[in-house]
Amino acid sequence: MIIAQRLALGVLTLIVVSMVIFGAVSMLPGDFAEAILGQGATPQAVAAIRRDLGLDEPAILRYFSWLGDTLRGDLGVSYAQMNFQSNMGGGDNLRTVASQIAPRFANTMFLAGVTACIAVPFAVGLGILAALFRNSAFDKAANVSTLSSISSPEFFLAYILILFLAVLNPVLPSLSNIYEGMTLSERLEKTLLPALTLTLVVTAHMMRMTRAAIINLLASPYIEMARLKGVSPMRVIVRHALPNALAPIINVVALNLAYLITGVVVVEVVFVYPGIGQLFVDSVKNRDIPVVQACCLIFAAAYILLNLTADILSILSNPRLRHPK
Amino acid sequence: MTDTTARPVLLQMRDIRIEGRSDETWTPIINGVDLTLHKGEVLGLIGESGAGKSTLGLAAMGFTRDGVRISGGSITFDGIDLVNASAEQKRQLLGKRIAYVAQSAAASFNPAHKLIDQHAEAPVAHGTATRAEAEEDGIELYRKLRLPNPDEIGFRYPHQVSGGQLQRAMVAMAMSCRPDLIIFDEPTTALDVTTQIEVLAAIRHIVAEFDTAAIYITHDLAVVAQMADRIKVLLRGDEVEESDTRSMLEQPQEDYTKSLWAVREFQRPDKPPPAVDATPVISVQGITAAYGKIDVLHDVSFDIHAGRTVAVVGESGSGKSTAARVITGLLPPRVGQVELDGETLPLDYRKRSKDQLRQVQMIYQMADTALNPRKTIGEIIGRPVQFYMGLRGRRKRDRVAELLDQIELPPETYLDRLPSELSGGQKQRIGIARALAAEPRFIICDEVTSALDQLVAEGILRLLARLQDELGLSYMFITHDLATVRSIADEVVVMKDGRVVEQGPKPEMFRPPHHPYTDLLLSSVPEMDPDWLTNLLKERGVDDIGDASADKI
Amino acid sequence: MSVWTMILIALVAIAVAAWVGRFVGRRATGNAPRFRDMPYAVAFGYAFVLALLVWAVWYYLQPAVTEAGAPVAGVTFFRWAVHALIVFAIAAFLFRLLGRHVGTSATRKLFRHMPLTAAFGVLVILVYAILAIFAPLIAPYGQAVVFDQVNALPGGNPATGGNPAHPLGTDQIGRDLLSRLIYGAQNTVGIAFVTTLLAFVLGGSLGFLAAVLRGWFDQLMSRAVDVLMAIPSLIFALLLMTIASAWATQSWMLTVYMVFIIAVIDSTRVFRLSRAVGMNIVVMDYIEAAKLRGEGLGYLIFREILPNAYAPLLAEFGLRFCFVFLTIASLSFLGVGIQPPLADWGTMVRDLAQFINFAAFSPLTAALPIMAAGAIALLTVAVNFVVDWMLHRSSGLKE
Repeated sequence: MIIAQRLALGVLTLIVVSMVIFGAVSMLPGDFAEAILGQGATPQAVAAIRRDLGLDEPAILRYFSWLGDTLRGDLGVSYAQMNFQSNMGGGDNLRTVASQIAPRFANTMFLAGVTACIAVPFAVGLGILAALFRNSAFDKAANVSTLSSISSPEFFLAYILILFLAVLNPVLPSLSNIYEGMTLSERLEKTLLPALTLTLVVTAHMMRMTRAAIINLLASPYIEMARLKGVSPMRVIVRHALPNALAPIINVVALNLAYLITGVVVVEVVFVYPGIGQLFVDSVKNRDIPVVQACCLIFAAAYILLNLTADILSILSNPRLRHPK
Repeated sequence: MTDTTARPVLLQMRDIRIEGRSDETWTPIINGVDLTLHKGEVLGLIGESGAGKSTLGLAAMGFTRDGVRISGGSITFDGIDLVNASAEQKRQLLGKRIAYVAQSAAASFNPAHKLIDQHAEAPVAHGTATRAEAEEDGIELYRKLRLPNPDEIGFRYPHQVSGGQLQRAMVAMAMSCRPDLIIFDEPTTALDVTTQIEVLAAIRHIVAEFDTAAIYITHDLAVVAQMADRIKVLLRGDEVEESDTRSMLEQPQEDYTKSLWAVREFQRPDKPPPAVDATPVISVQGITAAYGKIDVLHDVSFDIHAGRTVAVVGESGSGKSTAARVITGLLPPRVGQVELDGETLPLDYRKRSKDQLRQVQMIYQMADTALNPRKTIGEIIGRPVQFYMGLRGRRKRDRVAELLDQIELPPETYLDRLPSELSGGQKQRIGIARALAAEPRFIICDEVTSALDQLVAEGILRLLARLQDELGLSYMFITHDLATVRSIADEVVVMKDGRVVEQGPKPEMFRPPHHPYTDLLLSSVPEMDPDWLTNLLKERGVDDIGDASADKI
Repeated sequence: MSVWTMILIALVAIAVAAWVGRFVGRRATGNAPRFRDMPYAVAFGYAFVLALLVWAVWYYLQPAVTEAGAPVAGVTFFRWAVHALIVFAIAAFLFRLLGRHVGTSATRKLFRHMPLTAAFGVLVILVYAILAIFAPLIAPYGQAVVFDQVNALPGGNPATGGNPAHPLGTDQIGRDLLSRLIYGAQNTVGIAFVTTLLAFVLGGSLGFLAAVLRGWFDQLMSRAVDVLMAIPSLIFALLLMTIASAWATQSWMLTVYMVFIIAVIDSTRVFRLSRAVGMNIVVMDYIEAAKLRGEGLGYLIFREILPNAYAPLLAEFGLRFCFVFLTIASLSFLGVGIQPPLADWGTMVRDLAQFINFAAFSPLTAALPIMAAGAIALLTVAVNFVVDWMLHRSSGLKE
């Protein structure tokens, strides 16, 4: 019941977010047609394209047709492509935004996946250790280093890693030129450095939050009670702390994966990684509105989805809700 | 209660010193206390908050919380040196030979596991029983502790069981390995009186049956009188005195102990009843009020006359605080009205005039949240003086000083202090001064003494009584503590589940016959007589106390 | 032998050393509780740190120049890092010492309980503030002055392509890098500060209003904020910057738009916090007492609520500032943030990034982009250290 409510809320949020994105874009001065054809365009040409794109219809209708297209997977045609076409005089092999985004989206997911595989076990493990040995030298060192890592811009960490792992000790390539037909190990090798950079950023956040959650938990009376029953320290952790820590840890992980989405943009640019983040930044610079719109929507959707997952999983792991009175 | 001191010594603590870490330095919590406990003996540890009772109780298990350490002295349990024992050695004792019952069972049971799983954990870990034996024994213990549905209740999760039952399940859990010693750390403090009595009876029964030694920690003298063979009184980490229960109750030696006992003796003289045709200061008429869609008050009516105190009693959830919210206008009722001096008050406080607001003042339970921590005492008391009376500058300062004098705090030392620099009792006095500053006719006192230690609470009650006599104030005194009712009330209103069960002048209310609920409530309040619980159980029988009895009403 | 085998061997050696060390410790101290109750994991930790220290000392003592005269970049960088760490630690220590003996009794007391990290943070913030305010006086040249020599290498040595007039060299169009680094403090930090302030005024006032008024206003604002927060902030900022760049006719206007865009996006987070803080205060009995007294809205917000919200708001201001600062730096790094000719660190990192490949020949040149990025990191680290200490202090007071 609660879960259905959350799901509905998630969908609603997504719809409203799409409205915001659409609304923001329609705040652009002039309109798409002028933007495509540039300043020297004849009024007739502008009017023609305007009709083609349906720009003469009211905003609300355009929103719904855009939304409908988007749901069908049709994200429109990139201006850059269209411009190219109008200058070069036609051609049927027009690449749609969807076909442009799809491979890059897969690449980004690959990067995020590799990062998550390294970062999640690492961060959760370290977080639990720091909580168990809190106020020790290890905890304090971890506190200072994670704080520094959180505070550093992604590109700072990226260049430090490049300096040490690519330039001074050429272990890994500093550019991630990924293309189709690479073997998995080649791909992994090229992805490792950006993944490590993201790991540093995300691990710090995740570890601090895990530590806080576990410390909070270890302070609860039932942990003290377990100790006072003479239960072994290992069993206190595994049997008494972990089942209750699951919800907060899941929450932390999902929140940080959502955070990863923002980090991906800068890191992809630094390593020239052909992901959606780089495409996004390029399109922002070229003012390629359909691509910007589509990327923005994808990022927002992933973000909302991950937060929703965090929400639902933590509801599911709460014994009070699993075993109602 | 037989003489247990002749039996062999089980636990011996010598000159024990404990320190706690605050602000990077170690400050003493316990400064050298001796404690001797014989086999099968129950020792009551009493003291006010901050006396170090819980710390001492945990130290008896060789355990200290984080940021606390044993800095000196020795603890010997049955020949084992607990201060120097290894972690592994101590673990062998905990749960098996020494067990612990915590204050809040709801927080001390792991929400992720069923009760019986948690019950069986210690016996299985220590190898005293197999899983199946432990479960069977658990069900047997639940039966002995008179838990409803003993066969089935263990298979529930903690949040599916009520507070009083959980507390008994925790006693069962402590008993699971048949330990030699159980530490009870305020096991009934969080419970309502009618529930408390059930738990007390259960604990006493089972401790006697298995001949277990126990340290019973509490701040409630009447409770400890029922439970303990001997009593030790602590004050800020020092022992005040120790002797067996009866001589401790009859002839306390030390001044501090005497003063604790004396609290119970404060009682105001009865006042003559108000004139029949007198207009009450506050008249609550037929109030039905709801939070959202659920009615929480049903047709509540009572009058409060000038210069008199009406105590509204009831357990948590009985609607007594809601009644106060209706009178102040924070919760406009659905039906009914409130009259001040015969005039109907607007139901919503926002519609009341400044003068109407001034006449009704309130004193809160938690003085910490009732005073703005960023304002000085002078500002806190000065604001209503300025707001209602329009006094400024010198005249305002004089009036504030006068008010501080009235609450027995010297103005020159307190005017510029912040609330955080005051003790709990002093804060509560500032709350009283703020109410007085409005020069009201009527003050609502919402559990004003329940967060305070008994001695301090006594001071507050005396102050309120004096102010009433001097200024002719009327009080509505919300409380769950019948001892407080006995000392200050003129009239009593008993509430249960949002309804007034019974009301009348105090002398009548403390004399039978009663409504069955009033009867239950009154009979459940522990008295200082060590035989009280025994007599009560004899009189009513084990099935006619606590929730079991409340359910019948 | 591959790197992995070496790491594996080292780990095994450490593991053995840990066991032996604990065993010897138990024997030597006659089973003192410290060694008796030490879990193996802790012993391993000690051994690991010890091994790391030994390696660090060994590596530090390696020659920084090969026999042929070429620099060994790794050792050079490592020595720089160690020196920087030691200098920072000493500076922070001296600063704290100074703070303990100079100033009012309140500040002296503050410094007495301050951890070294927080003292370091305060010191760095002070230095940045001075740099930012007095940049025109400190910097040798103006931020937009173009010199003849382009791409002068750092070091100031003409033999290696440097110029004594430009200790850090010049950029690709001949601007003095040292001056631009110093002006960067003024532009990057100043703009981030103004943006954060704006976000606080906007988010804070609406948040408190929502907490006090409740009802439809609270509902409306909270739902709007929910929606805005559902879009990742950097992505949203990039989208809005695209639109802004279409509106901006001059480059300085884009910078102004950026300030407003980031302020609005960030004010949602401030709104959440101040609303939550406000709600916690509004349920207090002293607020109820003030309401029942008949006090007005203004008195409630400014006299009763705000004084109790300063501590969490100040901490949040620090964190928000870091976040805004990093967002602006990232936008500039991506090329859509602060626009030239204003000098700023994010843009500098992007422009100088390719120098990192020269690390093997000229460590100082490779250090240039790191220096600009490090300037950003240093300030955010410093602010975070101070905030961490403040939060720790306020949570300690509650107990």
